[in-house]
Amino acid sequence: MGATALAGATWTACQAPESEGTAPAPGPSALGAPVRRYGERSPFEKVARGVRDSKTPEAASSRTPLDETYGIITPSALHFERHHAGVPDIDPSTHKLLIHGLVERSLLFSMDELKRLPSISRVHFVECSGNSGGEWSAKGAPTVQLSHGLASCSEWTGVPLRILLEEAGVKPEGKWILAEGDDACRMQRSVTLEKALEDGIVAYGQNGEALRPEQGYPLRLILPGWEGNTNVKWLRRVKVTQGPQYVKDETSKYTELMEDGQAWIFTFEMDAKSVITSPSGGHAISKPGFHEITGLAWSGRGKIMSVEVSTDGGASWTEADVQDPVYSRAFTRFRMPWKWDGGESVLLSRCTDESGYVQPSREELIAERGRYSAYHCNRIKGWRVAADGSVSNAEA
Amino acid sequence: MQKPSATLAVALLVLGAHTLTAQTFGLGSEASAEEVEAWDITIGPEGRELPEGSGSAKEGAQVYEVRCKECHGDLGAGGDQAALVGKPEQLKQTPPIKTVGSFWPYATTLFDYTRRAMPFEEPGTLTSDQVYAVTAYVLFLNGIVGEEETMDRETLPKVVMPNRDGFVRDPRADR
Ligand code: HEC
Repeated sequence: MGATALAGATWTACQAPESEGTAPAPGPSALGAPVRRYGERSPFEKVARGVRDSKTPEAASSRTPLDETYGIITPSALHFERHHAGVPDIDPSTHKLLIHGLVERSLLFSMDELKRLPSISRVHFVECSGNSGGEWSAKGAPTVQLSHGLASCSEWTGVPLRILLEEAGVKPEGKWILAEGDDACRMQRSVTLEKALEDGIVAYGQNGEALRPEQGYPLRLILPGWEGNTNVKWLRRVKVTQGPQYVKDETSKYTELMEDGQAWIFTFEMDAKSVITSPSGGHAISKPGFHEITGLAWSGRGKIMSVEVSTDGGASWTEADVQDPVYSRAFTRFRMPWKWDGGESVLLSRCTDESGYVQPSREELIAERGRYSAYHCNRIKGWRVAADGSVSNAEA
Repeated sequence: MQKPSATLAVALLVLGAHTLTAQTFGLGSEASAEEVEAWDITIGPEGRELPEGSGSAKEGAQVYEVRCKECHGDLGAGGDQAALVGKPEQLKQTPPIKTVGSFWPYATTLFDYTRRAMPFEEPGTLTSDQVYAVTAYVLFLNGIVGEEETMDRETLPKVVMPNRDGFVRDPRADR
């Protein structure tokens, strides 16, 4: 069919009802808003990050409302925050990245130069290793925003760190890197050179536009699947070193104390984790009948292979539908149809990643790491649906 | 591991064609030794990067009083912010308490962190002498150095923290 014929057919179809005189005459209606340069969400939408009162709101966190975001991408404005000395206000025209240390030549890159280099775009989650920290306790948190909201997922665009390191020429003694931010405390972390070369990204883009200031504008490190704190924001410096530097945020913090008094250090990978986002704590189910159970799963070791859901507190499990696209080290959406019979029900989810790792129960996790690790809690989380349809933390 | 993109694959091919040390893209400007020195403020555990200067706990008490106490409390006991003083035994109590004295493996970290990040609202405003002094004071409060002991680039890296051997690599790392 030609373009003219198609247009004609459409025109006829649109006109048909009116010519038959069945459509009501259009009532008076106001003109809508004009075009605008930068869009805002509808004023009806109120979804927001969760912020707790703090004496030092510059050294604090805000949490993503995972139950009120759709799909696998977290809107940039809702991406969780964790800052140690506030969000700096950086002019990209003067910002530079220094690559130095055990390299042939120390190089300074401007933002313009970085953007000229070959870039990649990748969908990855970033998760604070303190996410779900409250779930080490038997009680756990009442909502998914509180229990799991220190994780978000974006499409990141930037230059593979490998390119920058190869431009500088890493010396054979170089085995680690130190990455440092341009915030007030110059937050820094040591990570292995191997990871930096494998898939590290020096990112300037997030979800199709420049990074948000609170996500590191104009430049941040993305180390896919590694604890959030290593994804250094406001990146200003990468130093190639022989070993780790034992900075404050890899010794005092972000280490896991075992029951024998020894602490695990450099626990970089985020273990596989899943959580049901709907229905979840704080929700109310209106009536018995069809409801979709949905949630998110992710793993620092690669792709999510499967997610099982239980509606009877773990007595039986059903494989949920893992929805495409499934990216490595990214949020993965799962869904399962469910007919609520109006009785009490405990909903659980459990994921398996491509390394074969299965998300543990709280008891299994404690058997492995004791009660005081504080970080890296990836236990199975439960929600209780009461007979009145109210949904709450299963262990409260 | 993810598959590199086509662009990256090309870039790597190009890289492979040169010697390891040649620049491929010719972008970025070489930083001078002075520039690097000014940017590189990290102090590693051997303390090789420590600056000139010195200070003792006696001098550090003054610095602490004026610049730290309002948040970290009298004698480092904690207040609105973390306690900076604790005993190694506290790591094994229920629940455990992690502090500079009970948990931190290196004294150099205390110098590095104080210099870059504290006082919280005015980071970077202490002189090297003041950072050495307040570091010495916090170590003294923890019973790790004497009140008159001078901390400088020679002595600070030699301080052995009580929990120096308390850290192990994640045993599952190679799994
Ligand atoms: C206005 C309040 C304030 C003042 C004053 C202050 N600090 Fe802090 N301090 C903080 C905050 C907030 C943190 C936690 C920062 C973070 O989240 O990374 C902190 C963390 C620390 C830590 C890490 C503690 C740990 O166990 O991880 C040390 C050490 C420290 N401060 C030392 C000092 C010293 C020394 C001074 C004085 C020179 C000082 N602070 C002054 C607020 C303050």
